Amino acid sequence: MSSKAQVPVQAKTQGFAYSALILGWLIPGAGHLLTRHWIRAVLVFVAITAMFWLGLAMQAKVYVPNTGDPLDVLGFAGDIGAGILYFIARIFSLGQSTVQLVTADYGTKFVVVAGLLNFVAAVDAHNLRIGRKV
Amino acid sequence: MLTPSHFSAVLLFATCTSVVFGITQRSTPRGMVRYGIYCWVLFVASVIAASWLMWLVKR
Repeated sequence: MSSKAQVPVQAKTQGFAYSALILGWLIPGAGHLLTRHWIRAVLVFVAITAMFWLGLAMQAKVYVPNTGDPLDVLGFAGDIGAGILYFIARIFSLGQSTVQLVTADYGTKFVVVAGLLNFVAAVDAHNLRIGRKV
Repeated sequence: MLTPSHFSAVLLFATCTSVVFGITQRSTPRGMVRYGIYCWVLFVASVIAASWLMWLVKR
């Protein structure tokens, strides 16, 4: 029995192909907004922003890149995924430098996972933009 | 300062994560809702199962 692979039709993208990826990383949901998926954009924005701010409200540690600890670098890689939320947290010193409570440990995970989820959402927006996903 | 219990934190985590998983991993609205609910149930059920396992190990 033979089967044919279903290759999605590649939609022609106008403008810079990576705009949804970059915008989606910078502002959660903005990539989906660019591809005119309004409801998805709002849901992604609310879910990721809520997760990030809940983490900060739990006294999360916000990682910085230059501590010399490899595990901190991994935490930073997760945190930076939140884009502008991370920069706001750093500029206004919203996070803690050390974890001192159990809830702060939960919060640290919330912040890291919010960043990682935003990476996933930005890639999804990119796939919508280039026509790989409909 | 927000100090939720472990289980409340799990519910918040599962809800936010499931929304993003549902949107990004499926193409149709119906598929997104179903997959989001599936992920949420898996998150919460896994935590309850792990909690009972730890309770048994402690005893």
